[in-house]
Amino acid sequence: MTGLGALITRDVRIAWASGGVVNALAFFLLVTILFPFAVGPDTALLARIGGGVIWAAALLAALMPVERLVGPDAESGVLDQLSVRGFSMPTVAAAKIAAHWIGFGPPLMLATVVAAGLLGLSAQTLGAVELGLLIGTPGLAALAVATAALVTGLRGAGSVAGLVMLPLAVPLLIFGAGSMEGGVGAIKLLGAVSLMLLAGAPFVAGAAMRGALE
Amino acid sequence: MVQADQPPGPSFGSAAVVDGRGTNAALAFRDVTCVRGGRVLFERLSFAVPPGGAALVTGPNGIGKSSLIRVAAGLLRPANGEIAGAATRTLMAEAAALDAARPLREALGFWAALDADPDDPYGRVAHALHAVGLSHIADVPVRLLSTGQRRRAALARVVASGAMVWLLDEPANGLDVASVTVLEHLIAAHRGRGGAVLVATHLPIALPDAQTISLL
Repeated sequence: MTGLGALITRDVRIAWASGGVVNALAFFLLVTILFPFAVGPDTALLARIGGGVIWAAALLAALMPVERLVGPDAESGVLDQLSVRGFSMPTVAAAKIAAHWIGFGPPLMLATVVAAGLLGLSAQTLGAVELGLLIGTPGLAALAVATAALVTGLRGAGSVAGLVMLPLAVPLLIFGAGSMEGGVGAIKLLGAVSLMLLAGAPFVAGAAMRGALE
Repeated sequence: MVQADQPPGPSFGSAAVVDGRGTNAALAFRDVTCVRGGRVLFERLSFAVPPGGAALVTGPNGIGKSSLIRVAAGLLRPANGEIAGAATRTLMAEAAALDAARPLREALGFWAALDADPDDPYGRVAHALHAVGLSHIADVPVRLLSTGQRRRAALARVVASGAMVWLLDEPANGLDVASVTVLEHLIAAHRGRGGAVLVATHLPIALPDAQTISLL
């Protein structure tokens, strides 16, 4: 258990030190700022689509750090050393998911407050978006780590990652954006999708990382 | 500058595992076959390294020396056969696996805290850094280290691990003559405590009484 804590601490530290956290947040805010430029400064329209914009931006921002989640560790022999010390790859993947969420979920929820202000969302909509993000971002983090493990070692891993991850994130987007209007049902489905991703991703990522060792 | 002092370490006198044939071996390959990319690298390879023993893997480039080390480390699954021996093994491979942004002491401390015996990681790291002659740069970030210093840092991780079986893949690469001598002293001291080493190298390393496994 202390080993797991050390792994999570290390990954969170690297995420902050490498600027990964700040980059993803800046990207997220940039996308939300771009939308008003594209659709025009119609306050009513922005307030209506704002929640969906935030969800789409969150998805794109989740893609930003994918390349540095697993690839560098596979390349530098960190996965080898962990394996020799008796860590199973699904355990390492679970630690990476937890660390990625810590560096991604809560900061994103803070940035959402700023984005909501820029888009003119009502407090009620903001509350619904924040609740949706709280439930959905763990699933998004799990998906990001699984994708990162799957594309490790590929040439142009970053662009392939987008093609792998975005289609799989569609259910999160549908139920996340839907939860703002659909109420409890959509929230439950969002929770179900998020849990499924959380439960499955460590094994998918672990198998992919195990393959990368060989 | 370079010291050969040995940090106090565990003794492995009684840690050997009795294998199925009734012999004590720190590391034993039994009929191990390794296939990589559809090519058979070695077939039905059997050997045993006793506590205090050493085995030297030799052969030309690309013959499978590194794969043999990775099989021994449990990173590669052999196509056939089994590997037995002491549970605590440590690996020194080509990749340094040290976080570039962190000071050397902390980068090594991270690994020492994850070792089989996680007690006093920074104490063990300090001893190991002293043993490989890197104490003076313990606070320097890893990214500023030279190739040879990085290799010695990887060696320090092996020394700090306290593992019974050392698996060293080309440990002399990038080391100067004095450092190779330190490496030889460290291996000898480890064997003196009952530890075992498996070394793959194309550079000459003095390993007294080592058995040679030549891959052809």
